[in-house]
Amino acid sequence: MRLEKRTTTSRLAMVLAPAGAVAFTLAISSLLVLWAGAPVSRTYALLLQGGFGSVFALSETFTRAIPLIFTGLAAAVAFRARLFNIGAEGQLYAGALAAVAVGGLHGGTGWEISPWVLMPLMLLAAALAGALLLLGPALLKARLGVDEVVTTLLMNFIVLLGVSWLLDGAMKDPTALGWPQSVALQDALQLDKLVAQTRVHTGLLLALACALGLWVLLKFTVLGFDIRAVGANAKAAEFAGVGVTRTTVLVALLSGGLAGLAGAIEVAGRTAYVTLDMSPGYGYTGIVIAMLAATHPLGVVLASVFVAGVLVGADTMSRALGVPTYIADVIVATSLIAVLVATLLTQYRVRWAK
Amino acid sequence: MTDVWDILANPAFWVAVLRIATPLLLGTLGVLLCERSGVLNLGIEGIMVAGAFTGWLAVYQGLPLWGGVAVAALTGAVLGLLHAFLTVALALSQHVSGLGITLLATSLSYYGYRVSFPKVNTPPTITPFAEMLWLPIPILGQQTPLTLLALLLVPLIGYGLYRTPAGLALRMVGENPQAAEGQGVSVAVTRTSAIVAGSALMGVAGSFLTLSAFNAFFFNMVNGRGWICVALVVFASWRPGKALLGALLFAFFDALQLRLQQSGAAVLPYQLYLMLPYLLSILALVAVARNAAYPQALMKPYRKGER
Repeated sequence: MRLEKRTTTSRLAMVLAPAGAVAFTLAISSLLVLWAGAPVSRTYALLLQGGFGSVFALSETFTRAIPLIFTGLAAAVAFRARLFNIGAEGQLYAGALAAVAVGGLHGGTGWEISPWVLMPLMLLAAALAGALLLLGPALLKARLGVDEVVTTLLMNFIVLLGVSWLLDGAMKDPTALGWPQSVALQDALQLDKLVAQTRVHTGLLLALACALGLWVLLKFTVLGFDIRAVGANAKAAEFAGVGVTRTTVLVALLSGGLAGLAGAIEVAGRTAYVTLDMSPGYGYTGIVIAMLAATHPLGVVLASVFVAGVLVGADTMSRALGVPTYIADVIVATSLIAVLVATLLTQYRVRWAK
Repeated sequence: MTDVWDILANPAFWVAVLRIATPLLLGTLGVLLCERSGVLNLGIEGIMVAGAFTGWLAVYQGLPLWGGVAVAALTGAVLGLLHAFLTVALALSQHVSGLGITLLATSLSYYGYRVSFPKVNTPPTITPFAEMLWLPIPILGQQTPLTLLALLLVPLIGYGLYRTPAGLALRMVGENPQAAEGQGVSVAVTRTSAIVAGSALMGVAGSFLTLSAFNAFFFNMVNGRGWICVALVVFASWRPGKALLGALLFAFFDALQLRLQQSGAAVLPYQLYLMLPYLLSILALVAVARNAAYPQALMKPYRKGER
């Protein structure tokens, strides 16, 4: 078999491709649900209801979507410039730690400054921490050609061990019992709830603003053009006068910064302090989200809500039917692969003859 | 310093080094086969989880230990075939496909484990491979047959790569697929075979954890070993002999940090010792970066008739 580039993509294919991807994902996960001995239609019904079926379900889904939007944007902007940042998980934790370091109670800086000043400082510190963490791998890639995939991946393990160390010592909350946790963020820095009696917080607005801002940046600015040029063909971009190293470094700062913000917003909006399990892999899921969204910033928002809904819905469904929650990860992984194949088939046609 | 000498003088330390090196060696050889043919396989982390799970499950269901290893290899091969379909036949991004397969294989394994054992608190166990005490070689005699297999694979893969027509074809499609195609070598078939074989080795690497190093399946038991293999293959300049060297060196430091912690001689917090293997991998990557002889066509998808 071989692939032949299509000259035009038919409207029908544009509709059929995503539909086919969804059908394929449902078919695979149905088999798994049957294996677990649960009724398929009821499983999906409960999953949908648990993720999107009520005000409470939606509020939980949006709460879960907030960090995913940030990490999804972090992956999307980096992938646009062909910088494969797989280290968002570590950058998220670095951002969370930086946030607590600036705005923490006792043991933090304890600065007696107006929250109007401290809040931006805290966000800046978090973004900076994430950005600096990615700067090393980006420079190693640009200067020495060291593959950033492996370095950023390995950094995640190093950062998590570092967090564990700090939570045992320097940043440990001396009054906390049980599992190690950092000192709490000052009350004044904790984000307000968007809807009363739910957990969804104003971090959602910041996440949406970042998505919109990134879209504008990529579409309407010179830097955005440079990023797309470097991603499309770094050699041609260099030849055309685009500073490839400069663009790569800027993208690294942007991507790491967004991932760092994910950590700060989680702390300020949801957990109030840093724990070792505050992120169930948001950094990695962000990569999947960026790919599902074809690295489009506004698509990232939609993909985040979809993935968050599946994750939240699976929790509810699992409690009722006993199907393991890992079904959510299977659905997300299968849909990623299915969407990639479907997108390709809209651009290429398969020829079976020689 | 005397503590370090005491540790090094103890044969048990070297037994541990070889044991820790085994899954890394198997995984690195697997990555090596894939990358030599020009395809990055970031699916390794998930393939190792899947190999660890299916190999263990097969033995738990009554298959002999070697049957479990075969099942793990088969699992790896099937996942490799999927990766080959996505990256070779469809020429999709190798990064993304690999990460997708890691996510898929990991979540499927965890799902399968939970479905098979819904309500267990302590993981069920099997009887793992026994040490080869019949072997009159000091440190190797205290290893299991899987370690011997891994060591034998090094010269075998070296011979296959450098001394056989199939090995030449594999290296050719990894360096210059157009030229290989011109010589009548099918890039698609060669790359697919290399990925399937390499992924089968990754599956076996995973099964070492559940059938030899431990006797049960745990969540997070692979814990980044797959990613370390991806780093080790760069350190090894894509050569089987150096892959053995790299795996041993890495295992040496890993075993040393463990002993230092246990002996109470550790002056630093344990997390810093645990960081060492990962830091070492990054340092190794940086150290060889200038001279790294990457296969020329690595990560470049090949579409017949397209430049």
